Amino acid sequence: MAYQFTTGDELLLLCARHDASIGEIMLRREMEREQAERGALLREMRLNLAVMRQSVKKGLSGRQPSVTSMSGGDAERLFAYAGTGSFLGENACRAVAGAIAVVEVNAAMGKIVAAPTAGASGVLPGTLLQCGKQRGWDDDTLIMGLFAGAAVGMLIARNAGISGAGGGCQAETGAAASMAAAALAQCAGGTPLVCLHAAAMAVKNVLGLVCDPVAGLVECPCIKRNAMGAANALLCADMALCGIQSYIPFDEVVWAMHQVGRTMHADLRETARGGLAATPTGRALQKRLQLDLE
Amino acid sequence: MPEFGAFDIVGPRMIGPSSSHTAGAARLGYIAWKIADRDVVSAILTLYGSFAQTGRGHGTDKALTAGVLGMQPDDENLVRARQIAARRGVAVEIFYSDEEVEHPNTAKLELTSSNGARTEVVGQSLGGGAIRITRVNGFPVEFGGEYPTLLVQHKDVPGVIQEITGILAANGINVAFMQVFRRSRGEDSYMVIETDQPVPREVRDAILQDCGNVTMVRAV
Repeated sequence: MAYQFTTGDELLLLCARHDASIGEIMLRREMEREQAERGALLREMRLNLAVMRQSVKKGLSGRQPSVTSMSGGDAERLFAYAGTGSFLGENACRAVAGAIAVVEVNAAMGKIVAAPTAGASGVLPGTLLQCGKQRGWDDDTLIMGLFAGAAVGMLIARNAGISGAGGGCQAETGAAASMAAAALAQCAGGTPLVCLHAAAMAVKNVLGLVCDPVAGLVECPCIKRNAMGAANALLCADMALCGIQSYIPFDEVVWAMHQVGRTMHADLRETARGGLAATPTGRALQKRLQLDLE
Repeated sequence: MPEFGAFDIVGPRMIGPSSSHTAGAARLGYIAWKIADRDVVSAILTLYGSFAQTGRGHGTDKALTAGVLGMQPDDENLVRARQIAARRGVAVEIFYSDEEVEHPNTAKLELTSSNGARTEVVGQSLGGGAIRITRVNGFPVEFGGEYPTLLVQHKDVPGVIQEITGILAANGINVAFMQVFRRSRGEDSYMVIETDQPVPREVRDAILQDCGNVTMVRAV
């Protein structure tokens, strides 16, 4: 297989050899792997982009009450506030609102695109679509950005893992932020190496982040962790694009993430036994939800 | 090392909130519906392990129900599946079991078709929306539904495999994976054939008609 890669270093070599972006190499790998036409794969990713766009829009246009009624309405609130002198600035604040929107739709049993998981599905669409709007990126650019995100997510999934049960929230919203940072950097014209610096920094920033969902549900704190994942992605894309480098290379950061995940106590890996899930308020909510739902 | 494709990472398109507890559950239901020949008039759905513990908040009950109604995991009506079942007159009962199971996300789906035929499917949701069917009508099997899959019930006698693969070959259908399961020698057996091409209805009918020892053929 001419376009197979299993590390960031191999990916960078392929980019250099073919004078191609990360997203382009990922697309060619997929063509080779699935024996598929380029056009068919681009169409498939366009469908994902369309659902991402719908989910952001839906979450920003009215409260999405979840099954438990624990969440909903925060995306709209933050979006309205974004232009009123927010610390993050209007674009970043709207990107974060978009990320919250998608996970609120997810919690309300609406339609989303897992990226890389359902619980972390807000980060990539929230950031990419808002920045695309701000910078005037067309859909073809965004679609190649999604392939770039897929390349980074694939490497993390393969070499560390992308499940909260396996590696904590670092593996979910950390991976999502890493994917989004690389996608943003590529769409903004960053080189493949810049993209991987962005991806590496995003993971480094949340190494050790635990998965402690209250009542075991994808709501608290998952929705706000997506918000932070979006801000993390924007920050790391900006840092990489201005020339800041990750001292630890991407592949080693992913290795570290894997090691940290392995040493993380099972109570902090999606079992709802530790962290925020184990607080008096978390426990009380769990008890109340069980009573309500029975 | 597991290898992932682009759409394993950016995808699937699905109804939330959980790829394992919602999308995977919907897929389990959908495959069980196909095994029941797309004809379900009543269903008893039993949730085990983590499905039983957090299934209510994740809408696992709705997802399984949507599946046995023939809805896909990305159908936006999934959230209303219980009401849709009631409107269509499909009786759905949900049970939450604390029985120990091998895999944390396990469900048992007992389905009845309009001709009274009963189908029992046990499956697991493996994460990321991927699933594994582990039992059909009491027979241990193993398949995930990533490929077009033929499920064939047949008598355990020599020559059946050759007859079936012969019909597939004559119709230009390539076998990717194939497994044969039985409980004991001479009893009915199950064959799971995963193919590169979908198996059209006429080919399935030909297998049922031409192979005297085949008692059931289902496309999954």
